Amino acid sequence: MSAAFPRGRAAIVGAATFGIGRAPGYDSLDLAAIAAVRALDDAKVNLSEVDGLFFCHPFDGWGGGTLAQYLGIQPKVIDSSRLGGSAFQSFVEHAAYLLDAGSIDVALITYGSNQASAAGKLPRTMLPMPYETPYKPLSPVSAYALVADRYRSVYGLKREQLGEVALAARRWAQLNPDAVKRDPLSMDDYLGARMVSDPLGVLDCCLVTDGGGAIVMTRADRARDLNREPVHVLGAASMTTHHHISAMPDLLTTGVADAGRRAFAAAGVGPSDMDVVQLYDAFTINVLLFLEDLGFCKKGEAASFVEGGAIAPGGRLAVNTNGGGLSCMHPGMYGLFTIIEAVRQLRGEAGDRQVADTRLALAQGNGGVLSNQGVVILGTSATL
Amino acid sequence: MSDQPPQPDIEFQAHLTEGRFMIQRSRSTGGYVFYPRVMEPRTGTMDLEWVPASGRGIVHASTVVRMKPPAENYNVCLVDLAEGPRMMSRVDGIPPEQVRAGLAVRAQIVTEDDLPLVVFRPE
Repeated sequence: MSAAFPRGRAAIVGAATFGIGRAPGYDSLDLAAIAAVRALDDAKVNLSEVDGLFFCHPFDGWGGGTLAQYLGIQPKVIDSSRLGGSAFQSFVEHAAYLLDAGSIDVALITYGSNQASAAGKLPRTMLPMPYETPYKPLSPVSAYALVADRYRSVYGLKREQLGEVALAARRWAQLNPDAVKRDPLSMDDYLGARMVSDPLGVLDCCLVTDGGGAIVMTRADRARDLNREPVHVLGAASMTTHHHISAMPDLLTTGVADAGRRAFAAAGVGPSDMDVVQLYDAFTINVLLFLEDLGFCKKGEAASFVEGGAIAPGGRLAVNTNGGGLSCMHPGMYGLFTIIEAVRQLRGEAGDRQVADTRLALAQGNGGVLSNQGVVILGTSATL
Repeated sequence: MSDQPPQPDIEFQAHLTEGRFMIQRSRSTGGYVFYPRVMEPRTGTMDLEWVPASGRGIVHASTVVRMKPPAENYNVCLVDLAEGPRMMSRVDGIPPEQVRAGLAVRAQIVTEDDLPLVVFRPE
């Protein structure tokens, strides 16, 4: 059976980020808490009203309780599902159901990481895989490199086509004062960058930054009376296909294909309706796979789809308008920030990078080595 | 036949130490399993037995891990075994850049970091 997603019945009513780039002196909980308080202030919702806490600490498996204690709240629901960067899309999905069912009234979804400032001092969150680790793949880049190599051998892929993704991200970042990498990036720069794990080089890889973010969700009836124009959750769906790259069923089809289909169906819209698309670009190859899996082009065609600045400012599809994980920020688990950028575009507060008349937005999250996927479709009140 | 499920990692390593690359096969479904487990994924059947891998495989995807000199670049790849399962490994005997999808390879057991390890060489 297909569960009826409560289309539009929950809304994002507050959003905030803090410490994008470097935030020395703050640990991951501090960053999440600052963003949480600012997002609640943005919504004009009291901290004491939060009864659903959705939080994944960068490495503390008990982080949900730790943050609840830090905030001084006693939630009815804590969700700390470890789905990597896609956790936050799944949190929005879970929160929408729980809000609609009346199980909770206010959901706080937050994240923080000081991974850049604390470099070298972070514990692992995954056990070594005895049938991969002895071959010494660079984790996680070699897994994505294997996928890119497979794409190359099946469909053909020029490095310049991956470069288009990196260049587009940088051009969007140049319009975003919060983005970490804003200096000009040419194709020659891209092609000359150090290779890491063929065919991926250092400019195919996301940044390593600090950062915190938070969003607040309520039911739509409450949302109408709050401080900000609500951003409605029209559809959301998740999918896990594997955990290690050697067990990925099909290297060229991610769980986004299935999750995207269900999220679009719940929202009653399709890819051609999207005004902005925020994809989890941990590596350049991700963007090609996700554009295909979401139906923006056919399988094998994304490499040519992105050519000629097609996903850069002024192109045919606005992708990763904040500059993405490649040029804006990437604090370990980035999925929440694709949602926050979608919210900013839908509210019309994205400044120089604002895409005019944005009514519908897609925010996607990726976890592990293309292992966990989540897709959220958001819309303004006009789309209800 | 014992009712005791296999102890997958220990038994795999014991075979490998004695020079045998073994994979698992379900007696009832005939399906091959790698990496070693107590049950066949998807079906859940627990009637797995160890059988010798043919050692034949085809490279599915490949990457060159770039190292700072003097460390040498090396290959990491995914190999589709003739029996069906896919595994991560490495192709030795040719430069890492020349390992491409479609290359026919054969397994070889080497010792690395004092442990036996399955790698591949071109056929």
